[in-house]
Amino acid sequence: MNAPAPSRPVGLLAELTHRCPLGCPYCSNPLELDGRERELDTASWSQVFSEAAAVGVLQLHLSGGEPASRRDLVELVAHAASLGLYTNLITSGIGLNQASVTKLADAGLDHVQLSIQDSEPQSADHIAGYKGAFARKIEVAAFVTEAGLPLTVNAVIHRANVRRAGAMVELAVRLGARRVEIAHTQYYGWGAKNRGLLMPSREEAQAAIEEVERLKASLAGTIVIDHVAPDYHARYPKPCMSGWARRTLNVTPSGKVLPCHAAELIPGLEFWNVTEHSLEDIWNHSPAFNAFRGDDWMREPCRSCARKSIDFGGCRCQAFMLTGEAREADPVCHLSPHHHVVETILAEARGDTGEPRAYAYRRVRPSPTRRREGHDGQHHDAHLDISAE
Amino acid sequence: MTGERALALSGASRPRLPRGVRLKHDDVRDEWLLLAPERVLKTNAIAVEVLKRCTGEQSLDAIVDDLASTFTAERSRVDTDVRTLLTELATKRLVDL
Repeated sequence: MNAPAPSRPVGLLAELTHRCPLGCPYCSNPLELDGRERELDTASWSQVFSEAAAVGVLQLHLSGGEPASRRDLVELVAHAASLGLYTNLITSGIGLNQASVTKLADAGLDHVQLSIQDSEPQSADHIAGYKGAFARKIEVAAFVTEAGLPLTVNAVIHRANVRRAGAMVELAVRLGARRVEIAHTQYYGWGAKNRGLLMPSREEAQAAIEEVERLKASLAGTIVIDHVAPDYHARYPKPCMSGWARRTLNVTPSGKVLPCHAAELIPGLEFWNVTEHSLEDIWNHSPAFNAFRGDDWMREPCRSCARKSIDFGGCRCQAFMLTGEAREADPVCHLSPHHHVVETILAEARGDTGEPRAYAYRRVRPSPTRRREGHDGQHHDAHLDISAE
Repeated sequence: MTGERALALSGASRPRLPRGVRLKHDDVRDEWLLLAPERVLKTNAIAVEVLKRCTGEQSLDAIVDDLASTFTAERSRVDTDVRTLLTELATKRLVDL
């Protein structure tokens, strides 16, 4: 395939570990998780960060699992900061304390993104599958702001909390956040597995969108609201990852490099590992990165579509999941011949009954009695773009 | 909206980039960028000169004086441009006023 020469990557998402105390049922991690024994060591991660800075990465997102599960987190942040990388910690808050947050701030951390599951404690703890998570997160938010670090609150919206999208924005303001992400669930990995329990009705989703948009206007200058609308309800697909392998890389705990966190669900893609190739080599030459660069791979209706340089045909992973073929248009698009699949899923979405749900909690090993390992949330990349001011 | 707020901005305020927002010269791309939470903003030459002075030490009036004399530009015009830029960035919480 003749893929165009790639531009330089802007962001790198480092999934330092898949270990996590939470079990959020929409976790963006894959269903098959890496155990601790497979994780890259400190020296390997440091090497990855050095190579990332050299190839042009500007922002480093330290994620997981729960990145605080790594004992070398402060050391890794210090190394990234010494390279001039903008370091962003994406955390559930569980595992952090006042001392460790202060150490991270002193090491040069730039920003903290803290997940909140709901504005109501009981519901939040049920969603996370972890009793006491909500109360702990409120404490951690204070540690972050007291350390002088800028705080973003990240809330993933789904059926159990959709009626409190606005309340979560207000909670973020009370916690001293300068920014809040209100992100409707995207259905990959654990989210896809739990879709039947997560997807809100069309009316509920619409009401939440309108409420958050109103707050966006009234709270301008107080808090920045980044709003990720539910793509199933849209007319056109999202410009997923700002285009395949155009802006960002994702490194898994064991060092596999992906164009996006969900890419492994597409069969037949060959991913390279940082233990065998340099990051620059992977960005430029790995088969998975070149698989959907440019538009040579596109089928109709994308190929002749005027919007192909705007939304890049949407999401390859979603196209594969819903049509069985990654080169198809994302069926969220009303022009897709497979759009009826999305319509059917939406028609089946039910309103909230307020009943607790039997989620398939995200966990490292399948065991019906363990519900305490998981991840802090979804990763949304919509804003990693370099945008002109 | 932006225009009215820009006029309301006090000349005595001392604008600064808050922690989490950094002006950086990217040697790889050879350009100035403003790095912020989940955002990378390209900055034009004028914005760079303004942002370099947003350290929390100089007042808005002093920054405008400095820019007007450094670039031998009409002060009232510089004043309007700086206020417009800073108000817009403050709305996005990229500058504290």
